[in-house]
Amino acid sequence: MSEFPKRAGISDILYDEKFRAWVIQFVVIMGTVGLFAWMTSNAIENLAELGITQGFGFLDRTSFYDINQALIEYSSTSTHGRAALVGLLNTLLMACAGIVAATLLGFFVGVARLSSNWLLSKVASFYVETLRNIPLLIQIVLWQSVILTLPSVKNSIDFGGIVYLSNRGTVIPEIEAGEGFVWVLLSFFVGICVCVYNMRRSKKHQLETGEVRSYFWVNVASVTLFPLGVYFLLGSPLDYTLPELSRFNFKGGVTIRTEFVSLWLALSIYTSSFIAENVRGGILAISKGQTEASLALGLTRGQLMRLVIIPQAMRVVITPLTSQYLNLTKNSSLAIAVGYMDLTATLGGITLNQTGQAMECMFLLLLFYLSISLTVSLLMNWFNVKMALVER
Amino acid sequence: MNKVLKLMSAALVLLLSFGFAGAGADTLKEVRDRGAVNCVINTGLTGFAFPNDAGDWEGFDVSFCQAVAAAVLGDKTKVRYVNATGKTRFTLLNSGEGDLLSRNTTWTYSRDADLGLTFAGVNYYDGQGFIAHKSLGLTSAKELDGASICIQTGTTTELNLADFFRTNNISYEPVAIETNEEARVFYEKGRCDAYTTDASGLAATRAVLADPSAHVILDDIISKEPLGPAVREGDERWGDIVRWTLNVMINAEEYGVTKSNAKRMAKGTDNPEVNRMLGSEGELGAMLGLSKDFGLNVVSQVGNYGEVFDKYLAPLGLKRGLNALYKDGGLLYAPPMR
Repeated sequence: MSEFPKRAGISDILYDEKFRAWVIQFVVIMGTVGLFAWMTSNAIENLAELGITQGFGFLDRTSFYDINQALIEYSSTSTHGRAALVGLLNTLLMACAGIVAATLLGFFVGVARLSSNWLLSKVASFYVETLRNIPLLIQIVLWQSVILTLPSVKNSIDFGGIVYLSNRGTVIPEIEAGEGFVWVLLSFFVGICVCVYNMRRSKKHQLETGEVRSYFWVNVASVTLFPLGVYFLLGSPLDYTLPELSRFNFKGGVTIRTEFVSLWLALSIYTSSFIAENVRGGILAISKGQTEASLALGLTRGQLMRLVIIPQAMRVVITPLTSQYLNLTKNSSLAIAVGYMDLTATLGGITLNQTGQAMECMFLLLLFYLSISLTVSLLMNWFNVKMALVER
Repeated sequence: MNKVLKLMSAALVLLLSFGFAGAGADTLKEVRDRGAVNCVINTGLTGFAFPNDAGDWEGFDVSFCQAVAAAVLGDKTKVRYVNATGKTRFTLLNSGEGDLLSRNTTWTYSRDADLGLTFAGVNYYDGQGFIAHKSLGLTSAKELDGASICIQTGTTTELNLADFFRTNNISYEPVAIETNEEARVFYEKGRCDAYTTDASGLAATRAVLADPSAHVILDDIISKEPLGPAVREGDERWGDIVRWTLNVMINAEEYGVTKSNAKRMAKGTDNPEVNRMLGSEGELGAMLGLSKDFGLNVVSQVGNYGEVFDKYLAPLGLKRGLNALYKDGGLLYAPPMR
C-alpha cells in the first residue's frame, strides 16, 4: 500500500509531470489553431469590407483567355478550373522531363568527376562548380536569350524536311496512332515480359551452375523485331503529318516551344550539378576495400560498378536525390519568367489577376504544389525502402 | 480540470475576437500624417511612367500622382512611388501599400464591382491594337490567322485578344509574358509575329525599338480601354479628392488656365467658375477637407490636362483624338466646379 496521502491536493496536480505536459500541449495547439483562425477570419472580414467576392465559385466561370500549350482540350470558353488543370499538367510535364534529364546528366557528371581521366574529371568539376553557383533564374533567362538568337521561323534550320529548328521552338512531325496500333504496343509489352523472364532464368541458371548464359540477342529481337513484325503485318497503322511552313508558323506537326526548352534545359542542368555531387558522395561512401575485393575476385571494371559500387551507393544517394527532385518540381514555378504556362502562370497568374481571388488562388496553388511534392516524396521513400540493404 | 478548460476556451475566444478592428479608413488623414501620397505606378512604360536622367519618375501617370499630392499636401514632390506589374497592382492598392493606383488601368465592370476598386474617372481613352513586323506585309489584324502573338499577362488585353480571335474564327498562338520590356524583347527577336497592347502602349513600345520603321501599328482597334486612376472602395471622400483632382486638370484646360498663368488668374478673373476652381471665390476646398487653393496648387505645379499630354504623350506620336476636350471633338468633359 502507498504511504502517500489518499486525497491528492491541488499542488500535486500542478507538479504532476503528465498533467503539465498535457497543459503545455493544449496551450500550444490552441494557440496555433487560434492564430490561424484569427488570420483567416481577419482576412475574410477585411476582404468583405472591401467588397471583394470570396469563395471558389470562380473556378466554374468561363476563363476567356487562351493557353498556348494545353495537353488536354482547352479553349477560351473553358472554365478557370480547366485552365488550372492545364497548368497543373504543364507543371507535371516539366517536372517529369526535368527529373529524367537531370538524373541522367547528374549520374554521368558525378561518375565522370571521379574518373581517372584527368581531362574528364576536371571538366566535370568545372561543370558542377560553375552551374550550382549561378542563380537558377539567371540561367533560365540566359538559355532563353541563347535560344532567341536562333534563326527566325522563316529561316528555320531544316533537318531533312522532318524536323525544323527556329527561335520559336522545334517542330517535329505529329504522329497519330491508327486502328490496331494498340496491338503493336501490346506486342512490345510482351517483348519486355520475355526479356524479364529471360533475365530471371539466366540468373537462376547462374546461381545453380555458376555458368553465365546470355540471352542478349533473343532479348533484342523480342523488343524490336517482334513488335515491328506485328506493325507491318497490320499494315503500318501509324499516320504522321509533316510540319509545313504557312504564312506565320508551321502548320501540322508538334511544336516544342522555346519557353519549354529554355526552362527545361535550365532546370535540368542546374539540378544535375547538385545530383552529380550526391552521386559522387554516394560512390565515395563505399569503402575502398570493396573495390579491391571485387577486383581480386576477378570482376571487370564494369561489373565492379554495376554489381558492387552502384547498388550500395544508391542507398546513400536516394535520400538527397529526393530533395533535388522536390527542388526541381518547385523551381519549375519560375516558368513565368520565360512565359511557360505552368500552374503558377495560369492559376496563380492570369486567373488570379482576372478574377482577383488572390487568397483562393494562392491557397489552391499551395495545395497543388504540396500534393505534388508529397507524392514525389512518397514514391522516393518507397524506392528507398526497396533499395535498402537487406540484412541476411 | 474543468476550470482549466473553461479558462482556456475563454482565452481562445478572446484571441479570436481580437483583430476584428473595423476599418472606416480615413486615407486623407493617413496621407497628411505620413506627409506623402503612396502612388502605385508602372514598372516602366515610356511616356506614362519612366525614370528620367536624374532617376526621378516622370510621365503622364506619374503627373497625376503629383497632382493629387499637390491638391492634398500642397507640394507635388510629396509622392512615394510604388512600382507594380499588371499582376501586383490591385493587391498593392487593396492591401494599403498604395493610396492611389495610377498605372494605365482599364476601367471595367468586374474590376469595379468585384475587385474592391473605385475608379475616379477616365484620363485616357485607349483601345487595344497590334504592332507587327513590317516585312509580313500586314494591313489588318484579321490577317493574323495562325500567327504567334505576344501579350503582357495580367491585363485586359489577353481577354480582348481571345474574344477577337474567337469572334473572327481565326487561330493564333498566345505567348504570355510578365512585363512590357520582356514582351518587347520577345517580339523584337521574332518569337512573335505581333505584339498587342493598348494603342498608347504600342506607340511607347515602338519608340524604343531598335528600328521603329521596321514595324507597323495596324489600324484595327479591337477594344475599348478607358484608362483611369483608381482607389480602394470604402473611402468615399478620398475617392472624391482623386476624382476632382482629375476634373480640375480637365476644367483648367477648358478655361485656359495653365501652369504659367494660374497664379495670376488666382487673383481673380471675371469667370466665376475659374475663381471657384482656383480658390479666390467660394469654399470648395473645405467641402473635401482640402485647402482653399488646392486647384491652384494642382494647375500651377503640374499643369492642366493638355499641358501634361503635350509634354509626355505627344512626343510619342500620339494625337489627342478621343482625348481632346468635348468642344474640340473629343470625349473629355468634366462636371462643373460649383
